[in-house]
Amino acid sequence: MDKYLNIDHVSIDFPTPNGPFRALENVNLKIDKGEFVSIIGHSGCGKSTVMNIVGGLYQATEGGVVLEGKEVNDPGPDRAIVFQNHSLFPWLSCYQNVELAVKSVFGKTRSRNEIRDWVNHNLELVHMSHAKHKMPAEISGGMKQRIGIARALSMEPKVLLMDEPFGALDALTRAHLQDSLMDIQAELNNTVIMITHDVDEAVLLSDKIVMMTNGPAASIGEVMDVNLPRPRKRLELADNPDYNHYRSEVIHFLHQRHARKVA
Amino acid sequence: MKDKLIYFLELTGLNWFVPLVKLSTGDSPKHQLQEFGKMVGVPLFAVVVFLMLWHMGAAKVITSLGQVPGPTQVWEQVNVLVDEHNEAREREVAFYERQEKRNAAKLEKNPDAEVTIRPYTGKETFFDQILTSLFTVFVGFFIATLIAVPIGIIAGLSDTIYSALNPLIQVFKPVSPLAWLPIVTMVVSAVYVSDNPMFEKSFITSALTVTLCSLWPTLINTAVGVSSIDKDLINVARVLRLGYFTTVLKVVIPASIPMIFTGLRISLGIGWMVLIAAEMLAQNPGLGKFVWDEFQNGSSSSLSRIMVAVLTIGIIGFVLDRITLSFQKFFSYDKNAVIR
Ligand SMILES: Nc1ncnc2c1ncn2[C@@H]1O[C@H](COP(=O)(O)OP(=O)(O)OP(=O)(O)O)[C@@H](O)[C@H]1O
Ligand SMILES: [Mg+2]
Repeated sequence: MDKYLNIDHVSIDFPTPNGPFRALENVNLKIDKGEFVSIIGHSGCGKSTVMNIVGGLYQATEGGVVLEGKEVNDPGPDRAIVFQNHSLFPWLSCYQNVELAVKSVFGKTRSRNEIRDWVNHNLELVHMSHAKHKMPAEISGGMKQRIGIARALSMEPKVLLMDEPFGALDALTRAHLQDSLMDIQAELNNTVIMITHDVDEAVLLSDKIVMMTNGPAASIGEVMDVNLPRPRKRLELADNPDYNHYRSEVIHFLHQRHARKVA
Repeated sequence: MKDKLIYFLELTGLNWFVPLVKLSTGDSPKHQLQEFGKMVGVPLFAVVVFLMLWHMGAAKVITSLGQVPGPTQVWEQVNVLVDEHNEAREREVAFYERQEKRNAAKLEKNPDAEVTIRPYTGKETFFDQILTSLFTVFVGFFIATLIAVPIGIIAGLSDTIYSALNPLIQVFKPVSPLAWLPIVTMVVSAVYVSDNPMFEKSFITSALTVTLCSLWPTLINTAVGVSSIDKDLINVARVLRLGYFTTVLKVVIPASIPMIFTGLRISLGIGWMVLIAAEMLAQNPGLGKFVWDEFQNGSSSSLSRIMVAVLTIGIIGFVLDRITLSFQKFFSYDKNAVIR
């Protein structure tokens, strides 16, 4: 009943020139501590909107989000966000980008040395120590996304929110980052909500896959638990019948029952 | 060392010298010479053609002050102006020396004698006028920046404030300095009353006119720059719970520096143009007054002297633009952006 994160009967209207537009209708989702949840659905159904409400960037019109028994009303570092296009500050080096986050979250409680060590530790975690003094413009897209993840992790969030974190990357880089993310997750056991378009990614990474119906007034169509043993190896999974079963379930949901009406 | 020098040259817009630096360190000489030819040779050729056309064209026009001066007459006047300046300086030094001698003599006779040193009040030379103008434009521009950047930031961050200010900006922006000048003059005369003024009234008037005219490009560019910051960057600041001022300082200003400087460059250019016009019209000290005085003077060398002033105004405007451009490159995070 009392879960770690509770998205409770959330609906949202966006004001438009033709009156309010109901993007989400009655979205209900409960997430355990340490769970890795993927949200999948067609483009424009409202995945980002769900995430922005959990992140506190948008306000639900009805219902609300409760994290550890407290209602969420505004953005905060306990719900760190990894944005799709990395959103690093281009005028700060990789190190400084993470440092800014650490300083604003822990500046009052930690010493200068502790802050430095913590920044370096998080850069180490995403394997970016070698390029920490480069500017974002000087590193590849995959590396930028790694820094974005390091910045989010460095805030020690209760929930890590990721909006299509690997969507803009090529397949090979994406696979690398997925492996990194699984390693990090094995170590830190964070609570994660990740939005994705990629069925393989969802099955590979998640404990739970949330499939959304099409908008307007989108809501949650189906929630599927993924009971694959960890650590997961993508090569071994390719022939795993369970893996393929989960995969086809999601594909079936997306392309049969909720095929997009407007192609 | 070499890379640093090249970086400095590129930063200051002295790109012409880059091939020379590379040449001096033996970097593929042929290619560097070609580069140098392209960067220096072509513009130089254009200047020579211009001087020739000027020389030929000038000979054909006769005004009431005689023939329109060509490049040679103008160059002569440059030398004359330099000489006049040096003479004036010598006279000034001599003037003070005479006073000091006289005072010393007085004190020798009577140690209690009251001595004063009267300030030198010779006519300003051309170079004095240049300094006056430069100082005035900087003060005016500085005030404009102090007003425009903060308001621009606030307006860029809030749609409401932007739409409140927008009509005012749109109406005041196109107003010519010549229209502002009488108002500014009257207001300054009425408000700036002091027995022992720190600045001349004319100086305040010129500077404020510059401020009023050079405010707008900075204001508009800052507001546009701030309002077009990537929403996600602002969202990062919100997630980090940075306060309003920290957000402005750490996110908004760095993100919009390129646009702010674009505005500042336009503003300084406008300010410089406006200042010359204001000085001419109001007879306030500066280069504009120099031009006006020469025009009234109407001697045979007047046109040449005015042309010296015109070229000086142009060159100073160009240098000012280069300086702001260097600042812009220096402060922008995106060093590779093509800024002209
Ligand atoms: N700020 C807003 N104002 C008005 N409408 C909005 C706003 N944000 C989202 N919407 C609408 O809400 C719906 C859901 O948008 P959302 O961005 O959440 O979709 P999404 O599932 O994340 O899509 P994608 O996969 O393409 O990122 C869309 O129809 C969109 O037009
Ligand atoms: Mg989205």
